[in-house]
Amino acid sequence: MLRTLLIDVGKALYLFSGLMGLAAILTWMERKQSALMQDRVGANRARIFGLRLLGLPHIITDAVKLLTKEDFVPAGVPTWLHALAPWVTLTVACLPAAAIPFGHVLPWGGQAIELQLMDMQVGLVYALAIASMAIYGVILAGWVTRNKWAVLGSLRAAAQLIGFGVVLGISLIGPVLLYGTLNLQEMVHWQDTTVLHGWLPRWGIFFQPLAFLVFLTVGIAETKRIPFDLPEGESEIIGYFLEYSGMKFGAFFLADFIETVVVAMLTVTVFLGGWSVPYLSADQGGFVWPWGAHTAVPPAGVALLQMAAFWVKVFAVCWLLLLIRWTLPRFRIDQAVRLGWQYLLPLSVLNTFGTAAVLLIVGQ
Amino acid sequence: MTAVTLPEVLTVAALLFVLGLVAIFTRKNAIGILMGVELVLNSANLNLVAFARFNGLDLNGHVFVLFVILLAAIEAAVFLAICLAIYRRFRDIAADQVRELQG
Amino acid sequence: MVDVWLERILFYGLALVTVGSALVVTFGRNLVRSAFALFFTLMGMAAMFVYLAADFVALVHILVYIGGILVLILFGIWLTHRVIDLDIRAGRIQLIPGLILGLVLMGLLGLTIRSFNLAARTPAPYRATASGIGRLLLSTYLLPFEIASVALVVALVGAIVIGRRETSR
Repeated sequence: MLRTLLIDVGKALYLFSGLMGLAAILTWMERKQSALMQDRVGANRARIFGLRLLGLPHIITDAVKLLTKEDFVPAGVPTWLHALAPWVTLTVACLPAAAIPFGHVLPWGGQAIELQLMDMQVGLVYALAIASMAIYGVILAGWVTRNKWAVLGSLRAAAQLIGFGVVLGISLIGPVLLYGTLNLQEMVHWQDTTVLHGWLPRWGIFFQPLAFLVFLTVGIAETKRIPFDLPEGESEIIGYFLEYSGMKFGAFFLADFIETVVVAMLTVTVFLGGWSVPYLSADQGGFVWPWGAHTAVPPAGVALLQMAAFWVKVFAVCWLLLLIRWTLPRFRIDQAVRLGWQYLLPLSVLNTFGTAAVLLIVGQ
Repeated sequence: MTAVTLPEVLTVAALLFVLGLVAIFTRKNAIGILMGVELVLNSANLNLVAFARFNGLDLNGHVFVLFVILLAAIEAAVFLAICLAIYRRFRDIAADQVRELQG
Repeated sequence: MVDVWLERILFYGLALVTVGSALVVTFGRNLVRSAFALFFTLMGMAAMFVYLAADFVALVHILVYIGGILVLILFGIWLTHRVIDLDIRAGRIQLIPGLILGLVLMGLLGLTIRSFNLAARTPAPYRATASGIGRLLLSTYLLPFEIASVALVVALVGAIVIGRRETSR
């Protein structure tokens, strides 16, 4: 009993620190990567004992700045509701990660530890359901501060998130049909093998490229970041968190990055093979190369490689999301809504029908 | 002391049903009435799920709940469209103010 | 024994949250506050669904009710009032008759529940429901399923037609 509890707490701490750490690194990457892309030097002012470390200390200075800033609450606003909104946003942003498998099993003292916080049969629906709640922090922030710009931001967010939420669900039906399960761990197991005589990893992206593109686009929209940052619209309405400062603003800010990481985690799990390492097979006890060679790896090594592979893939998708964020300009609200309802929704319905038809013809 | 029994769950559902009905009965604002309707539908869902659990997890009840949820979504969408139309015409959505069709 | 007590505490905690926030939904003076109270009612409901072994239904409930219907309700409140009103008062009518009706109905329902011998029934063990529901939807309930999708399209078109602002034709 106690042992199970300790293992669960350990897993939760591991996942949570990974999530937070990656989100913190993303705040730095956001600056440094944009600087590289725009031929600037970028974040380089903060230093520890004279060491600049490519501007990495900026993560700490940012946190210190946000924590020590004045926490401003507008007059006539219920303080506890004002304080609730950022923490709702932050909590809801973290929760979907609980369903994500971040590894297969870790052999530990003659016992196999499942590397997933909640092994749910309906893990994918859980992630979508929790993601659909992200809107409440936004609505609460806009409503409670009684600022017209903030309310405008909330209304935009509601219009955008409802529209894209529908597409988010439908775009995943194709992969679900293919895998025949809603269980995220089983999805990864389905992908943890190879096709084409062992040359190509059986990842979802190769079978569902259209669903991948739609899901990634909608995923960006769900994180409310450029080019879908209409609820924020820094140069127009500043956004739903207009009346927040200090660490409460910091919570909204961090939630954005956590959402990015969570979207990347979902993308990796559904489309990029999750924790599976190409050509590495736990049953065969090591790498089985397409040309027939075999490299033995001990079971613990397999588990650690898979855990590392998960984070590498998540990091790669985060990098791609940042790349998109610094490449495209912001859509207008009508463009964004039209993109969602008129292009992405029919595309994902088409993908569902196509997948179903192919599965029917090929036969499972 | 035993685990939670079926009548206890049904009592909670009945409470929600009654509260929903009272909301429908006493709310002036049309959207307040809609919230009452949602409570009523939810209490029915709770009943169905409870009966399913205490009847060997009979999934027919779950399917019914899914249909109820779907119809609730439809109803909410149409209801709010009507509310907006009424608001544009009368600048108010109080249920006792809109009486143009009253003889 | 400890398990049973934990289960009861869990259930009654959930029931308290659900019914308590439903009270605010029904009697709250502020409409937006009622809507946020409905959020807690719906969450409590979803948790009770999970407790009652309906995992898939609980998640669909969250997805549709909390992610959709409640947002629509908040939207509706804002679009039919001055948007930045923090304090949207909602009038009430027939409060006393409504309360009497509620109490009588509650008594009737309580008597009905008591009149059947339901306490002896034992709960089923937990198991996954999603695939079973899918099978039922595409076999026994195929016709209602299809009709529901038609109803959805009709409602969508209808809502757009009703809600659309009259433009110059």
